[in-house]
Amino acid sequence: MADRLLVEAVNDGLHVEMERDPSVMVMGEDVGRLGGVFRATTGLQDRFGADRCVDTPLAEAGILGTAVGLCMAGWRPVCEMQYDAFSYPALDQLINHVGRYRWRTRGKMSFPLVIRMPYGGGVRAPELHDDSPETYYVHAPGVKVAIPSTPADAKGLLAAAIRDPDPVVVFEPKLIYRLARGDVPEGEHVVPLGEARIAREGTDVTIVAYGAMVGVAERTAEALEGEASCEVLDLRSLKPLDEDGLLASVAKTGRAVVVQEAPRVCGFAAEIAAVLAEKAIFDLRAPVVRVTGYDVPYPYWQLEDAYVPSVERVVDAVRRVLGS
Amino acid sequence: MSRVLPAEGDLRRIIGDGEAIPDGKVDSLSTDDLLALHRNLVLLRTYDERSVIYHRQGRIGTYAIFWNHEAMQVGSVFALEERDWIFPSYRESAIGLLRGIPAATVLSWWRGHPAGWWNPADYGVASICVPIATHVPHAVGFAWGSRLKGEDRVAIAYFGDGATSEGAFHEAATFAGVMKAPAILFCNNNQWAISTPVSAQTAAATLADKAIGYGMPGVRVDGCDVLAVYEATQEAVARARAGEGPTLIEAVSYRAAPHATADDSSLYVDEERVERERENECVGRYERYLERLGVLTSAEAEEIRNDALAVMREGIAAAEAEARPDVSLLFEHAYADPPAGLVDDLAELRRILGA
Repeated sequence: MADRLLVEAVNDGLHVEMERDPSVMVMGEDVGRLGGVFRATTGLQDRFGADRCVDTPLAEAGILGTAVGLCMAGWRPVCEMQYDAFSYPALDQLINHVGRYRWRTRGKMSFPLVIRMPYGGGVRAPELHDDSPETYYVHAPGVKVAIPSTPADAKGLLAAAIRDPDPVVVFEPKLIYRLARGDVPEGEHVVPLGEARIAREGTDVTIVAYGAMVGVAERTAEALEGEASCEVLDLRSLKPLDEDGLLASVAKTGRAVVVQEAPRVCGFAAEIAAVLAEKAIFDLRAPVVRVTGYDVPYPYWQLEDAYVPSVERVVDAVRRVLGS
Repeated sequence: MSRVLPAEGDLRRIIGDGEAIPDGKVDSLSTDDLLALHRNLVLLRTYDERSVIYHRQGRIGTYAIFWNHEAMQVGSVFALEERDWIFPSYRESAIGLLRGIPAATVLSWWRGHPAGWWNPADYGVASICVPIATHVPHAVGFAWGSRLKGEDRVAIAYFGDGATSEGAFHEAATFAGVMKAPAILFCNNNQWAISTPVSAQTAAATLADKAIGYGMPGVRVDGCDVLAVYEATQEAVARARAGEGPTLIEAVSYRAAPHATADDSSLYVDEERVERERENECVGRYERYLERLGVLTSAEAEEIRNDALAVMREGIAAAEAEARPDVSLLFEHAYADPPAGLVDDLAELRRILGA
């Protein structure tokens, strides 16, 4: 075990996977000489050369579009999108090709590429450096999505994504790149996609969260100690979704609060609420409540603390489902 | 380094007109090669003409016509080796026939049947791209990735004049230049994007002029001259293999048919111009060239036409003989390892359908 920051765990994971598999390459804006604007790719170009850690032109659709062709030539590209809101030009490739090509070739060709990107707010950044766009990606058939909340998972989910035969998008919570610190296994470490994690056990209510919102959920549980016993379920992977883990937790607690940073309408919390309505309605003792960003543009940062779900808002939601 | 834009020159042309313009020739092509080119042209022409008929008969769905584009496709593919990869748009839907993809497979694609799938690695032909220009970066990535692996493979992407307005074209060309990708960006400038003429598509004097902005050569060629297309592509292939990077080829032709079977081009084209272009279409132009050379007899021409018709007869029969696809094909292959929800969905669908 090593004590690492979340962004260091990402970097460690990339080193290990590139060492293990010579077909893995990293590409993106400023990922080489600079090591990425968050330094997630520091050291890779020195270690593996400029052909396997590639500084690309500033063109997100070009990055993902050429990555499709690189897959056809036998590579496993790991594409960095520099920021959440800058990834949207690549959605054309993702929706039209990345998620579709395997099916179009009747499974004969795989597109084992990874997109990793820092996402989410709370970092006092200029506009359009704060989005939580996971829903757009989850909605694309053929594409898997993972979001770690701990350093160990950041390494392990990334390794699983790189080894997966299908395209996987990994959203890294940039707010906790250098706030989350913890034990990370040395060497190869894989956290399978589709397995949620109980971050904290409880009996009265399940707070479902992912990414930076797991920390908010945990602090909510701490704040309510003595008043309510909160279970915190860290989804880790949105697609595939660990439905069994979700349903088991809610069967135990009978109540669910779902937390996401993204705007509310059609966000991933709505999917969780729908799954619970379809499959857990008789286990529920209260309506499912969502705590989300609002359906407004992500604000200038002096207002962002009011936009991003806070412990106070999640506490309020828990009290509502408990009827207290 | 001189920076002369291709706009200044005439279109490259090798086939004459039998009158004022003399015939040229390509020294590297044997008589057998010349006949093979003709066979390929006739195959694609027959494919296209029969497909329009099949559509009218209700045997295939909406179909994108490529009449008078055959010389661009045949001439360029002839300059490639088998190991090189082709990235077609829907306008080149049948280009795989030149690589051995059965006509039935392509016809099945137009019939909306899953038998229209193929493995690109089997033929060096990527799946047909329907959105505009988004496959150009695939070709560039493939070429770049092949170079990184030390493999001597060239990739060619086909797209139309309208595609050069797309961001995907710009980003792909940018990458191709920077990565020195052994790629050929082949623009079939048929002068129309559905109803939009190329003059409304760009203020550039020519599409080949755009190449200089990406740091690659731009070449303009008569797209209805199969030999000129072959020669231009061969030069681009040689550059690519020599590690000198990509080339943009603008092959200029004229879309002498509607965009697709669902299009009514009488609403926007000049019918007299279309008539003139149809008289000078690319297959007949080459056939007359071969006749002037004395390497194609009318009996041989007849045999080649009959062979192509037989390919299509067998192709449509095989496509129509495909059983109705099983609903499991909705779900299979979407993921290597299907999420549990999809497995449940198939079971539920089967229960409801009683299948």
